[in-house]
Order: sequence, then structure tokens, then C-alpha cells
Amino acid sequence: MTTRTVGEGVQRREDPRLLTGHGRYLDDLGRGALQAAFVRSPHAHARITDIDIGDAWELDGVEAVYTWEDLPGRVAEPLPVLIPHPALTHARTGYCLAKDEVNHVGEAVVMVVARDRYVAEDACGRITVRYETLPAVVGLDLARRGERLVHDDVPGNVAANLRQEVGDVDAAMAAAPNTLTLDLAIERSASMPLEGKGVHARWDTDDGSLRLYSSTQTSTGLRAAVAAKLDLPLAKVEVVTPDVGGGFGVKIVHPWPEEVLVPWAARMLGRDVKWVEDRREHFVSSAHERGQLQEVTVGFDDDGRLLALDVRFWHDNGAYTPYGIIVPIITATQLLGPYKPGAYRVEFWSVYTNTVLVTPYRGAGRPQGCFAMERTMDAVAAHLGLDRTEVRRRNFIQPDEMPYDQGLMFQDGRPLRYDSGDFPSSLQKLVDLVGWDDFAEYRAAASTEGRTVGLGIGCYVEGTGVGPYEGGHVQVETSGRVNVATGLTTQGQGHETVLAQVVADELGVPFEDVHVTTGDTRRMPYAVGTFASRGAVMSGNAVALAARGVRAKALRIAADALEVSPDDLDIEGGVISVRGAPGTSIDLRTVAVLSNPLRYAFDVSAQAATQFAGTFDPDRPPVADDDEPGLEGQDFYSPTQATFANGMHAAIVETDPVTAEIRILRYCVVHDCGVMVNPMIVEGQVHGGVAQGVGGALYERMVYDESGQLLNASFMDFLMPYASEVPHVETDHLETPSPLNPLGLKGAGEAGCIPVSAVIASAIEDAEGFPVRSMPISPAELWELRRQHASRTDPAQEGAS
Amino acid sequence: MSAPAADAPLPMTLQVNGVVRTLSAPARRLLSDALRHDLGLTGTHVGCEHGVCGACTVLVDGEPARSCLMFAVSAQGHAITTVEGVGDDPAALSPVQQALAECHGLQCGFCTPGFVTTITAYLDEHPDPTEDEAREAISGNLCRCTGYQNIVKAVLRAAELRREERA
Repeated sequence: MTTRTVGEGVQRREDPRLLTGHGRYLDDLGRGALQAAFVRSPHAHARITDIDIGDAWELDGVEAVYTWEDLPGRVAEPLPVLIPHPALTHARTGYCLAKDEVNHVGEAVVMVVARDRYVAEDACGRITVRYETLPAVVGLDLARRGERLVHDDVPGNVAANLRQEVGDVDAAMAAAPNTLTLDLAIERSASMPLEGKGVHARWDTDDGSLRLYSSTQTSTGLRAAVAAKLDLPLAKVEVVTPDVGGGFGVKIVHPWPEEVLVPWAARMLGRDVKWVEDRREHFVSSAHERGQLQEVTVGFDDDGRLLALDVRFWHDNGAYTPYGIIVPIITATQLLGPYKPGAYRVEFWSVYTNTVLVTPYRGAGRPQGCFAMERTMDAVAAHLGLDRTEVRRRNFIQPDEMPYDQGLMFQDGRPLRYDSGDFPSSLQKLVDLVGWDDFAEYRAAASTEGRTVGLGIGCYVEGTGVGPYEGGHVQVETSGRVNVATGLTTQGQGHETVLAQVVADELGVPFEDVHVTTGDTRRMPYAVGTFASRGAVMSGNAVALAARGVRAKALRIAADALEVSPDDLDIEGGVISVRGAPGTSIDLRTVAVLSNPLRYAFDVSAQAATQFAGTFDPDRPPVADDDEPGLEGQDFYSPTQATFANGMHAAIVETDPVTAEIRILRYCVVHDCGVMVNPMIVEGQVHGGVAQGVGGALYERMVYDESGQLLNASFMDFLMPYASEVPHVETDHLETPSPLNPLGLKGAGEAGCIPVSAVIASAIEDAEGFPVRSMPISPAELWELRRQHASRTDPAQEGAS
Repeated sequence: MSAPAADAPLPMTLQVNGVVRTLSAPARRLLSDALRHDLGLTGTHVGCEHGVCGACTVLVDGEPARSCLMFAVSAQGHAITTVEGVGDDPAALSPVQQALAECHGLQCGFCTPGFVTTITAYLDEHPDPTEDEAREAISGNLCRCTGYQNIVKAVLRAAELRREERA
């Protein structure tokens, strides 16, 4: 076996290109293409009464102006409901261009195509849309009251209502010696990749075919949707995902209106057309996430063991539901984390508001679920006067109980069954890393300096690597170059590197010889997409299986050539040799030549595969009945269920006694995502996730006024953390392999952000001595909480009975 | 009948990465757009169009500047350096580029050119920063992927590589 690269922090293949300005992001393509811009609704809820194109046409360089009236056939129909669910009784999706009514600020109404973006925007400025405004439904409180409606035909604004129950909650709760009720809230944030969305369409008039480039998290999903919308044969549509400047969930939604309109316009005009989202557009016309109100009632014994957990929550799904109810389903199921809840009932209502739609953002409902569970754990500990780690420890699922079935249905329609994990060991590592047991001393020392500090904790389990499948294609060229293709896309996770590591090891070739392509439907037309921390699990295993097939074929051909048994052969460094007789060998590239019987030699090495070159059995066909030419193969990995990674975080915060400023002094992470293909990349994913979590805990929120205007739709006003706000993250890892897949992998992409709001709330609570029930929290809000609690007698007993 | 375009082109001369380039663009053309779309130097990225994220940072006479907040026409007479000017060859990275690769200081890579230019200019003036200073030096640029930790590390590593280069 060649020196293994799996498990090594191999430097990334993609970096030299990205560091020198040679990345190819969407807006780097299509120089000279026509550019689109959109007139978008300034109102959150209104009827369109008139669209006056005015003199937009008279501007030099304007090529087309489109409204809904101009759209033909299926382009004019509502966008698809991507993930239907029986509980999603009132799914509603928007149109590519608004028809009659707008339901959030930023909804596209008119499309302009022009020589460049400057001219297109000039033209947009000359178009007048008249509206009759309607009362806007903003915020969960107003939405769930159901007095004002977002959609006239959706009573109570309820898109979906789903309830799951395991055990008899009412009986268990009634019998519980202690109960507590917590009212909790989490505000909206958003994925906010540094590169917004973008689409570039090349219509080939001669061929009647479309090549679409999009900054997407799913090229195959987009291809199928666009072909259906434009009524084109699938064979005439290819989707290529270039370098993508971050996704974090928002780019898994498809087709966005622009992803339909841009190729449609390119076809109409017979010209390349491109649209690149600007930052304000991203704020008001992409997607947000997180906003929920939660009500948790917990029953527990005097040792802090949970007996019953009853959760109800309201999920703000924005104006439309193209992505179904995946986010609240994940909240409802992943809320349980590493714990056994006793009897469990969860019910949610997913409700419409006149705001930007809500679809998965890194963590996808888990941060909210984790917040609910971890606030509950801390409340139980406070109620009983127990150490917070002890309460958690007493409720953990134990390693010998794995696999552990929580009895619920997960987001993939399959059982919520944890495959592996060692929660007590993870917690012990965290306790050691942060110095949990010495914190009292630390706090006392800080106190003598007049400083207030607190220690917080949060634990989570993350279902990763959901199906249905991914594919891998591996091809060895006669030069020895190995081409690997998988269909899911890449937004910075380093798939070019990680998948090359896997194939290099499986095939026994140098890492440098392996070249990976992702997200190109020309190379792998069967794929799902990049979401749910599934890239390494799904495509890693798919390319491993494909490489194993190619390896077996290579050994078979080599065995024929060397007249030995394949069982005696090994591949190392791209050379196949007889074990114990290194002199008897053949290069893999020569095997690639032999694998493809030739009539015509294209170079000297290829002469070996031509008809007069050597000995062969004249009674057998050159390509056997059960064989194919070429040293290549593909395979698919399709699991029966998700794998479940886990992690535990702790933080020390300091709160300023006067200004209520909140500073994170230390942040510690223990993470278990099974086998790590590239620990450097896993660590980077954790760092980035924590940074986004810190943003969500302390800084980021979408501030809507009551009329549905997003007041902070810029990077100046929406406070994403800079280096000055993100703490140094200290990490430790467990590697509990997943028994479910050949490589033992679990996903890592989303992990870092999941528990951060819970951890910071826990730490502030510990510092201040009163409960924190709503996140994010600003210094002003903390100051207000202090004021409220100073005037209360016994705040710790809130909600207790 | 066409109205006169609001964007009548003007001849301009820009000095970019040591090369004098001429182009024809309207007075309102942003420097970022001129670099990317007129001159084809797409390494400079645009993340917010309002000067907050720093992805479009180029060096103007050696000083970091947001190219999305500057008109191309007003960049005439100044020496502009983009990420391509810091290092254009993937096989021969500059110390800052090399350090970012070694330390895993980038993921999606979209904000990276702005960090490369910013760190390069910073180290010219502060060749031996402390970790706190390194963090401060990059705290005007947004990155949504890395959590900054490995970029801080890369600043220190780049300083080390530059010292080795000089030695």
C-alpha cells in the first residue's frame, strides 16, 4: 500500500489557484454576457395594480424588459415545492416574477436585461410599479394569532403542523416529582456567504442546448428543475458549478427565480445572459433562518433524570415554503441531543410571515433545538442545585446502548437512530479541556479584581450524511492521471483534496496524480447536493467504492499481463507488483493502455493495445461480455440512514458590570465526527462554524419593522463578526467510527455552529445569576435583563412548579 | 430612438501590477468593476459593494484601499496592486500566499484576495507582529468560512517566511 494520506492534514489542492486570483467564481465567467437586474418589491405585502415600463426601453443598451405577463408556459407557473411532506398541508411558493401580489420586500417584479449591470439598473430606475398595500404579517406573535393573513387561502398562516410523541408524556409528566416550563426565543440570522448567488446561461442556438453555470449547492437538482421549467429535454441541459464563494445552506434552494429567468432570457435573446446578486438583494431576496418561539415543559426526578419532555414551538417560515418543513423537523428531532428524554412529545407550527423565506442555514434547525434542550438542562440543574455537567451525565445515552433509537422519524423520513458515540468520554474531555472543576477558583480570582465571569456548556448530536445517495466515477488515463468525479458541489470544504486523499489510498497511487471534479453534470449526472454535512460521508464513500472497483479491474488486467494471480498483486505508487517479487511489475498507466483494446495507436505507449501488438486468445472477444473498455468505473453510496456526529462546547465569558459588554474569554470544543480524512480541514470547519455561532449568539439578527422593511440589510448594519469578535477556539477530538459506511465517516460541516447560542446563554446565565431565555443577546438586552431581575425577588424559580 | 447613454465612455490609463493599461469606461465605473470586467483581473472580488467586507481590497500606492469605493477614473496616476500583482503563479506563491496555504487560512477563497493584499501591505510596515497585532491587522476584513484563527496564524507564518527569505 502506498503511504496513506487519509488521516493526514494534507495541504489543500485548491489553494494555490484561489490564492493567486485564479479561482473561477460565477462573476468571473461570461465576460461580455448581457446582464440582468431586477425591479423588486419595496412592500412586504401588496397587490400590484400597474407596471409602467416607461422609457426604460429608450436607454442605449437595454435588450429586454420582462414582467410576469411575458413568461410562457411553466416559466409562468409557481416555483416547485422541493420537499413535500404530508404535514405541509398549505405549501405556497412564489413565481419567478410576481403575479398580482407580492409577499415580501425584495420579491422580483420586473426583469431587465442590458449591455451591463449599470445600464440594467438605470433601466430599472425608469420603471414604475404601482401597488395597493396590504397589512403585513411580521413576527411570530402576529403570525400565529392568525388575524392577518399572508396568503388569503392559508387559515391561521399555518403552513404545517406536525406532532410526534414517544411514550405517554401526559402520564409521565403527571407522575414527575419536579416540572419546569421555559419560554424561549431565537431570532433570525442568515447564511450570508461572501459571494452571493449568481447565474450565467449560455444558450447554443445551433444545438438547441443550454449550459448553465450557477453558484449553487446542487447542480443536478438545478438541472432537473430548469429542464422541467423550460420544457427542455434533460439531455439538452448541463449545469456546471464553478468555484463557489460560500454557501452555508442558502444555495441548496433551487431553482431560484433568477435560475429560471436567466436561462430563459438567454434562449429568448440567443445571447449569453448573466445575473450576479448584489448584497442588498441577498439580504432581501434569498433566505434567512433560525426564528422560533419555543415552549418547553420538562418533568424530572430529584436526581435530575428526565422523565418527560413536552415541547411546542412556532417556526417562522417566511413568505413561501419551497424547502418544505425540513428546518422545523430537524429542530423537533435533533433537540434531543445526546440525552434520553423519557417520554417525549414535540409539536410545531410552521407559519407564514411577510418576510424573506426561511430555508436551511448551517445547522438547519439544530441550533434552535440545542438551545431548547440545553437551556432545559441548565434549568434542571439550577432547580436541583446540581452541577450542570452532572445533570447532563445522568441523562446521557451510554456507549453500550448504541445503536440507540429515539423512536422518531428524522428529516430523511428514516428512523432517528444514533449509530455510535461516546458521550461520557466527550464530556470528560471537555471538562478537562476547559478546566471545569477549577472554575470556582478562577471565578473567585476574577471577582477580587471586580470582574464578572461565567462558564457555559452545550452538547449536541448532529445527524449527518443523509441520503439518498451520491456517486463516484474514477478513471485512470494512459498517462497515469486519475480523474475522479462526484456530482455534489463544493463551497470551500476542500473536496478536491479530501476526495483525492481517499482515492489515492484506495487505488494506491500518488495523491498528486488524482484530480477531482465536483458539481459538473457532464461528469456525473446522478447526484443530490451539498447540505446536511454529507459531502465527505456520501461522496467520500462513493469514490472509495468506485476506486475499489477500478483497483480490482487493474489487478485483473495486470494479473493477465504478468501471468500471476490477482491475489498476489499489490498497487503502490501507481505501480502494480507481485508481492515479495518487486521486480515483476507493471505500471498502472500501462494497465490503462491494455484495458482499452485499440485499432489506432495515438502514441507510442498506446501501441501495446493494438491488434498486432501481442498475444491474445483469438476465441475471446477483445472486450469480454461482462466487461467494458477502459480502466474506469463508477459506484454509488446509498445508506439506510444518517450517521450521527456529536460535540460538546464550553465557554468562559466576561460581562462588564457597567456597560454589560459580553466578551468570550475562552472557547473549547470537543468534537467527534468519526474517522477524519483530513484533520486540518475538519478543524477549519469547526472554527468556521463556531465563528458563525458566535455571530448568531451575540451580533447577528434580522431587524424587521412592523411594515416588513428589513432595517439592517447591509454589512454595515448586519453585524457579522470580524477577527476582533471571534475567540480563539481550543479543540480536542474523539474519533468514534461510524459502523454504517466503509470509511467510518461522519459529517463535520455544520457542527461548530450548533451549540454556540446555548453555550453563550449558559455562560452569561452563570455569570449573572439569572436565566437567559432569548438569543442573540446584545449588551443593551443584557443590561435590561439586569434591570428586570434586580427588581424581582426570586428569578431563579421562574416557571417552576 | 436611443437616448444618450448615461455612461458615455472615457479613455483612461491605469497602472496595474506595474503595467500601464488603457481602457474605455464611463466615469462612474468602479475600480473593482474596471479591474474585473474591463481588464480581466478577476482575482479582486466584490462581496458587499459598500466597503465593509474588504474582499475587493487592492493596494493603491502600497496602501490597502477598497476598490468598490473608488472610481476607476480617480485611480489614474496611482500604482494599483491586485492579488495577481502580489503573486500570479500558483507554482510560485508569495510568502503571504504560501503561509495562508500552509495554515489552512482559506476555505471558499472568496474573501482571500482581500486578505492577501491587506496582510502583504501590513507586513511591509510591521515585519514582526505579535499574535494580537496580527489579529488586529486583519480585523477590517470579513471571512465567513474560517473563523479567522488560521488567518491569524498565517500572518505570523508569513512574517517568518519573509524573514527567512531576506536572511
